[in-house]
This record gives sequence, C-alpha cells and structure tokens, in this order.
Amino acid sequence: MSDHEYVPKSKFGKWFNDRLPLLSLASHLTDYPTPKNLNYWWTFGGILTFCLITQIVTGLTLAMHYIAHADLAFESVEHIMRDVNYGWLIRYIHSNGASMFFLAVYIHIFRSLFYGSYKSPREIIWIIGIIIYLLMMAAAFMGYVLPWGQMSFWGATVITNLFSAIPFVGEGIVNWLWGGYSVDNPTLTRFFTLHYLIPFLILGLVVLHIWALHVPGNNNPVGIDIKKPSKDTVPFHPYIVIKDGFALLMFMIVFAFFVFYSPNILGHADNYIEANPMVTPAHIVPEWYLLPFYAILRSVPDKLLGVIAMLSAIFILAALPWLDTSKIRSAVFRPLYKQFYWIIVADVLILGYVGAMPAEGLYLLVARVATAYYFIHFLIILPVLGYKEKTIPVPLSITEPVLGGFPNPSTVKKKESIN
Amino acid sequence: MKRIFRINYLFIFLSIGCFQVNAAEKVELLKTDWSFKGLFGKFDRASLQRGYQVYTEVCASCHSMKYLSYRNLSEKGGPEFSLEQAKAIAASFEITDGPNDDGEMFERPAKLSDKFLMPYANDKEAQAANGGAYPPDMSVLAKARSGGVDYIYSVLLGYEDPPSGVTLDEGVYYNKYMYGNNIKMAQPLSDGLVEYIDGTEATEEQMAKDVTTFLMWAAEPHLEARHKMGFKAILYLIILTVLVYFSMKKIWSRIESEV
Repeated sequence: MSDHEYVPKSKFGKWFNDRLPLLSLASHLTDYPTPKNLNYWWTFGGILTFCLITQIVTGLTLAMHYIAHADLAFESVEHIMRDVNYGWLIRYIHSNGASMFFLAVYIHIFRSLFYGSYKSPREIIWIIGIIIYLLMMAAAFMGYVLPWGQMSFWGATVITNLFSAIPFVGEGIVNWLWGGYSVDNPTLTRFFTLHYLIPFLILGLVVLHIWALHVPGNNNPVGIDIKKPSKDTVPFHPYIVIKDGFALLMFMIVFAFFVFYSPNILGHADNYIEANPMVTPAHIVPEWYLLPFYAILRSVPDKLLGVIAMLSAIFILAALPWLDTSKIRSAVFRPLYKQFYWIIVADVLILGYVGAMPAEGLYLLVARVATAYYFIHFLIILPVLGYKEKTIPVPLSITEPVLGGFPNPSTVKKKESIN
Repeated sequence: MKRIFRINYLFIFLSIGCFQVNAAEKVELLKTDWSFKGLFGKFDRASLQRGYQVYTEVCASCHSMKYLSYRNLSEKGGPEFSLEQAKAIAASFEITDGPNDDGEMFERPAKLSDKFLMPYANDKEAQAANGGAYPPDMSVLAKARSGGVDYIYSVLLGYEDPPSGVTLDEGVYYNKYMYGNNIKMAQPLSDGLVEYIDGTEATEEQMAKDVTTFLMWAAEPHLEARHKMGFKAILYLIILTVLVYFSMKKIWSRIESEV
C-alpha cells in the first residue's frame, strides 16, 4: 500500500510496528499523494464519513432510550424529545442527519458521474459505493419506521408489500418479512435490529471503499492518470485534511440550520400522529431522498414490472463502468457527454418532484417520460456516446497541460469552475 | 472561493425545493405574527399562560395531552408558572392512583409528577362521546398537521356557514380550512368564552392565538433552548470556518496551486 518503507523512530515504535503496522498505516494515510487540483466536489467523501460517524454516535445514544415496541415506540420518542437531557438535540441531529447524509451522497455520486470516477481502474470502488448506497436506503427506510408514526407504519406497509409482486412466493415472503399477517410489533423489532446492524456493515464497506481508493489513488477534475508522488500531487496531510475540514464546516453550518431552525421541514407532519392501522393517510410518501425511485415504481402500471424497474434503476448503476464506453474520464473534455450529464441531473430532479405528487394526470405522464429517459441515458446514450463523441484533447499532466497539446490552460480552469 | 459559493447555492436551491414540496396543495391559511418564529424566536410567557387557561377550560374537556406532566408548566421555556402555582393547578385535578395496600384504586389530588388528566377512560369512550370522531391528543398536534400553527389557528377561526348547495350531516360543521371542510368539532371559541386572569380581552382571535401558542410549546417544549443553542452553535461554526479558511490559504500558499 505504502509507496515508501516507513521506519518508526523509536525503538518501541519499531518493535510494535513490526508486529502490527499501525504506524505504517498512519504514515501512509498522512503522506497519501493526492492530486492537487481536486475541487470542492471532492470534499464530500470526508463529509460522508462525518455523516456516518454522526449517525452512529447519535443512533447509539437514541437506542439507549428508545423502546422497540408497537405500543411504546411513539411514546418513547416523545420521552426522548421531552425528558431526556438534550434528547431533542440528539434526535434532531439523527433525523436530519439522514437527510444530510443523502444530500452528501447524491453530490458524491453525481461528482463521480461528471468526472468519470467509476471508470477503470476504479470499478471496484464504484461498486462498493453502490452497495453502500443500497444499504443506506435500507437503513434510512427502517429508521423512518422506528418512531411508529403514521408515515412509518404506512410506508413500511407499502414498501414491504412490494415483495408480494413476486410470482407464487410473494405473499409468503411478505408474511415472513412482517413476522405476521400485517406490519406489527414483530416487524418493528426486526427493523430496529437491522437498523442497528446496517450502519456497521456500511462502516466496514467504507473501509473497503477507501482501501480500494488508495490503490489507484484519487481521480481528479482533469481525469488523467498522474504520477505519484509528483508535482501534480500534494500529501493528504495537511493539504487535503484542512481543505476537507473547511468544506465540512460549511456543510455543518447548513446542517445546523436544519437541526436548530427547521428540524421538521424535511419530515412529514403525519409522522407525529401515532401509527393507526385503521386510518390510512391521504398521501403516503417516502422521505425525499427515495422519491426518484418511488416515481419510477409508480410510473409502471404493472406492480411486478414496477418493482423490477425500480430495482433496475439502482442496479444499472453498478454496470456503469461497462456501459460508459468512452475512454476519457472527465466531462470537461467530453462536450456532448457534459450536456447529457446535465439532462440526467434534471431528469432525476424531475423524478423526485413527481414522486412527491399524486400519481395521476400530467404528473404520471411526466414520471413515465422521465423514467424512460433515465434508462435510455444509461442503456443507449452512454454506450453510443463513447464511440461517436469527438472529445477535446486531454493534457498530459495537471501542472503542464500545454505539453499535451492543449491550447489554453485557462480554458481548463474555466470549464472546471462551471461545474 | 467562487466554487464554494456555488455549492451553497445548491444547498439553498434544494432547501427551497423541499419547502415547496411541503407547501403544495393548500388553501391560503390565516397568518398572525408568532413570537416563537425566527432566529431568536421565544414564547410569549403571558400568552402561554393564557393559552393554558383556554386549553384547560375549553379544549381539555375532550382533548387529552398525554405526554405532558403538571411539572412541565413550571419548567423553563414554558408558561413558567411558579412552582406554587403549578402545584395548585395539579392539585385542582383528581386522579386515580393505586392499587393501595388493600388492592384498591383510590382518588387523590394530582401532583407535579403526574401526567395531565385524561378526559376519557379510553379511545372508544372518547369516540362514543363525540359522535364517532376521536378528538386527537394535543401533545404534538402543532407538529402533526401540515401548516402547523397557522393551520390550527386558521381552523379555530375558520367556522362559517356552508356555501349554498352543501348539506351537512347531523353533528358536522363547515370549516373553511379543515381538510375536506367538514369538521365534527363544534366551533370551540367565541368572544368572552373565558375570563382571562390577567385581564386581557378574550376575543376569538386572542384566544385562538394564545391556545395555539400553548400547543406549539406543548409539542416543542425545548424550542427556546433550541433557538438559543442554535444561534451560539452557528456563530461558533462561522467563526471557526473563517479561521480554518485562512489557515487553509496559508497552508496552500506553500505550493503553486489554488484552493
């Protein structure tokens, strides 16, 4: 892993390091050569690590006071909000933290899409990332069930019912998931268990994600392979640490505004009504970060096909390194891809919007068109674009773009900053 | 630096997006100035005390508030009744306790540690007494309706005669702001219904505003502490961010590259 042999100075350090090379690891992490032209979109990896740790720490604290029982869950959450010292703060950090986590992960994913970070030799990093994203969605969904409000209950009912679309065994699977014949106490207790487990799985995958990243090193806005270490790189510490720290603080300011001044704006009011199996809410909507997939699900008239479409929308991302046939990574040098990139960004935002609206009339039509385009983008446009597109010449290095025959280095700068 | 601003534009754009999604499909609600909104928002103490009076004299005959205890009434950031006042309020309610050593339930005056007295023994009784409609628990009501306090305030003042052509069933009333316009609760407030201890004139608007303020506090008892801490936390973060920004500039000045 390390590029040079690290030898601890002290005798004890050497003795210890020979047996467990923790000091070598620390040295690798500090010296890790990082491209010096990384822009602020690259700071979201660090921000996401912060989000995960925050969720785990606040979650552990909440779990000390929360009671996973259908009759007591709602009340125990109110107990946390009212009587536990700073319980309101911990819960609001945790509930808004989920939203901030997804906000950061979407930026992280779309950064990867723009700069082609998923391409060779970084396919494994990307696939681990997709698995993390899937687990995040599972954890967030189950976490939303725990307060046992109306949206918790009915959201759980709708989502688990999706499995009933599977032919022959669907009903059986749903009953197995529920632990009964409806969403009830057994469902709640198992969701709590899994909600507690998944973050630690994510933590393990994050370690693999970073390990896999440290093999080829970071991609960069120019998207070229660079020599490491060289004039193109800076050591991770202090350069990237302080930059990530600065970006993280900016992020925390936004986070704090939500927690302290509008802690419930991202949630649904109905979730402050205790779960009632006898009363169905007027509109059952998932949390905002799941809306694009919800829109895809509802845009297909057939239940089974809808579920397949929704799952494909996620799994298609795992195949992205092979669907995108272009050898050029960064969209900076791909004029056509850059346009399609912004169209797919808009497409996902539109899907999110119609996902929050009732599935009827114009909304449904828009959802269908947007769903179709989503698949067309990944299955047709990307593969074809790699062959047809006329790309801009790529510089040979970050510091000396002129050598690569690139006419004007300032153009590169300008183009980067547009993004 | 420009790039950083762009990232924050995105945040702003997204948060506006969220507001709009939540604000969709609504009739224009009545607005009034709430003292607890905004960066330094605080509850109006007198309004909270009056609001409690309206709650206990009017609403409490049907609506429970099961997550609140009498001790909350004297806690900081709430109506802040004195300890003696809160004890006296509690003692004015008879609650069932027990079983005692003889295995029997008994009645006793409530203490500060007791939860607010429930108007009905159970949900079924509550429904039976209210024409089949269950009067919702009011502990978190202000957070459990989209539109929040504005919605509750509007519903309290939104009773009017049904438009021509609309016929209402027995025991159903027309309300301009209620979802579906039909409400099973009779108009709860009318001018002079309560006689405020502090001498404030009990107009319908005044009572609606006071009781809604009280409901907001009941739903979010630590709102003031939250606003106070939020201001300090964000100020701290901003100062730290500025310091880190200049440290970053200094560190990056060692190499020929822009941050």
